[in-house]
Amino acid sequence: MKLPARRTSYGVKGAPYTFLIPATLLFLLFFALPIGYAVWLSFRKVRVSGLGLGAGAREEVWAGLENYTGALSDSELLNGALRVLGYGCIVVPVMLGLALLFALMLDSEKVRLAPFTRLAIFLPYAVPGVVAALLWGFLYLPDVSPFYFVLDRLGLPQPDLLDGGPLYLALSNIAVWGGTGFNMIVIYTALRAIPAEVYEAAKLDGATPLQTALRIKIPMVAPSLVLTFFFSIIATLQVFSEPTTLKPLTNSVATTWSPLMKVYQDAFGKGDIHAAAAQATLIALATLVLSFGFLRAANRRNKQEAAR
Amino acid sequence: MPYTKRRRLVSSAVAVTLGATALAACGSSSDDGEAQSGPVSLTYWTWTPGMDKVVDLWNKGPGKKEQITVTVKKQASGDTLVTKILTAHKAGKAPDLVQAEYQALPTLVSNDALADIGGNVGDARSKFADGVWQQTTLGTDAVYAVPQDIGPMMFYYREDLFEEYGLSVPATWDEFAETARKLKKKAPDKDLTTFSANDSGLFAGLAQQAGARWWTTSGDKWKVGINDAATKKVADFWGGLVAEGAVDNQPMYTPAWNKALNTGKQIAWVSAVWAPGTLTTAAPDTKGKWAMAPLPQWDEGGSSTGSWGGSSTAVTTDSGNKAAAAKFAAWLNTDGEALNALAKESGIYPASTSAQLSGAFTTPPEYFSNQPDFYTKAAAIAETTAPSAWGPNVNVAYTTFKDAFGAAAKNKSDFTAALDTMQQDTVADLKKQGFGVAE
Repeated sequence: MKLPARRTSYGVKGAPYTFLIPATLLFLLFFALPIGYAVWLSFRKVRVSGLGLGAGAREEVWAGLENYTGALSDSELLNGALRVLGYGCIVVPVMLGLALLFALMLDSEKVRLAPFTRLAIFLPYAVPGVVAALLWGFLYLPDVSPFYFVLDRLGLPQPDLLDGGPLYLALSNIAVWGGTGFNMIVIYTALRAIPAEVYEAAKLDGATPLQTALRIKIPMVAPSLVLTFFFSIIATLQVFSEPTTLKPLTNSVATTWSPLMKVYQDAFGKGDIHAAAAQATLIALATLVLSFGFLRAANRRNKQEAAR
Repeated sequence: MPYTKRRRLVSSAVAVTLGATALAACGSSSDDGEAQSGPVSLTYWTWTPGMDKVVDLWNKGPGKKEQITVTVKKQASGDTLVTKILTAHKAGKAPDLVQAEYQALPTLVSNDALADIGGNVGDARSKFADGVWQQTTLGTDAVYAVPQDIGPMMFYYREDLFEEYGLSVPATWDEFAETARKLKKKAPDKDLTTFSANDSGLFAGLAQQAGARWWTTSGDKWKVGINDAATKKVADFWGGLVAEGAVDNQPMYTPAWNKALNTGKQIAWVSAVWAPGTLTTAAPDTKGKWAMAPLPQWDEGGSSTGSWGGSSTAVTTDSGNKAAAAKFAAWLNTDGEALNALAKESGIYPASTSAQLSGAFTTPPEYFSNQPDFYTKAAAIAETTAPSAWGPNVNVAYTTFKDAFGAAAKNKSDFTAALDTMQQDTVADLKKQGFGVAE
């Protein structure tokens, strides 16, 4: 009697693992394996002997941490990280601020043409990043931009948007234009999920629409704000296509403007995949630490507030 | 029962062995480049537009006779293709034939991706100028490619506007600088041309004209001379013009640049023989108003030019039919019919000297119909091309150029410092990879 019972219990225990096999296999094959290979490459390098011409002049050898020390002592990578930090300081607050503002406005009772406005704000998100960058790039070039034509006619100053400080604004503008709609939809969806009784209670207590927005709506959509912030940090650290598209239009954007551009340049411009792999690993680690660090901090605050 | 089971085992073992021998046969055939019996099919990676039509001529003509069929696979141009070839080569799967720019040949050879086809290209050598052919041998006894097209550099200018502003065509670089200043005085919102930092080939060509030798070998060591006296002279010259505002500092190939050429805001362009094609799309409204002259010289009465662009056809070490592939490469770039088709379908300027004055090149390009002797002049200029010296990490020097000179042009700062950065980065990269480097 005992044996069959044990067998069934064993079968039930094993079932979840069996169901997990396909997902685990796919994870290993298409996620863990490529990452592992990149990490493996980052510990190796190519060794050339003499003139390096002909067969057998080139071999792949173990490099230890050489690629990592190289990447960390590379001022260009650090400068790129600083540039992206500056860019992120503009993009993230402006984009999320606008997204929240638009979401609150769309959610208010007096709004007209809400579906159309929502679509209009969201639409730029559907434009591919490269196309958006090209579009804006043309608008930034003084000689072909209609904006400059108007400024010229009005006798107003015509700033060079593709140089120095304004370049950061120009790049941020592209990201804000493309990303606000998506973040707005996320926040707006959270707003719609707030039960109507809450608003009713607020109204009965005599809260103005502004007070409702500040004291009720924003705290209640805080988890969505955390989520959008989290996505925005990752997107900022991975900025690549906008500066790459603007690069041929100006001398101000170097081929190594952002850390990912440097990785691309080293791998495909200079042909050093080993150094590129080490840099990519470092960027992945930094992204992980930054984004999850933020999530933990946000969670801790939530818990403290809940305890209060 | 046991008997049948064993039989099945035996037969499957035989099948496996057969499969293995078949695989081994494949492997051995790809190692042995010379043996070819029966029909051969080759793959060719190229970015030249219209190449499939030219290859059709081969497949229907000489290729049919020799049972060698070539298939064209269209690729991205330049450095992107080099990366792709090297990646494919790492997997042992590079195509039989590839198109490669001259400056990429040392990189490809250094990765052991290109085969020595010296024994299979017949008398191809006699069809090319020495300076062109030398680029495919890298100064060794081997032949790593057959030259296809070249880009001798020339000076293009708006004939009508030069007349309007009372400018004469500069014969020396000093006169070029004077012309730029004179134009600035007469029309402050116009520029003679721009110094663009987004195409390293232009600067390399200008340095080549001045007599620079960026990579040379001594013994088993490379010597890098990017900041040699000749290149410094070129860098100082352009840096000076940019700093004093005599020429513009914005990059080429942007919508703004197109507009500047099309509206006569920039009235000259230091370019190469392929310029008519670019001008046709960039400045369509000024057709027939441009003229071509030899590049200004460093020494009065001199005649020398650099090259910007140009490519060759090479056979990879992964090819299973190197001899057949070399035969095709030689036909493509030396046969009269093939070269005519290349000129017509792809608009290339042939490296083969005999082709430079025949077929499509007896009449000027449509954009330059006002200059009937365009190609006669071009051929004469091509003959004066200075020798070039490429090394195994041209790609590194080129990317450093874009960033260092881009920043220098933007800030109108010292070009010599940018040149030194280029030299240092190139040397550091060679050392890092383990190449022997002579100081």
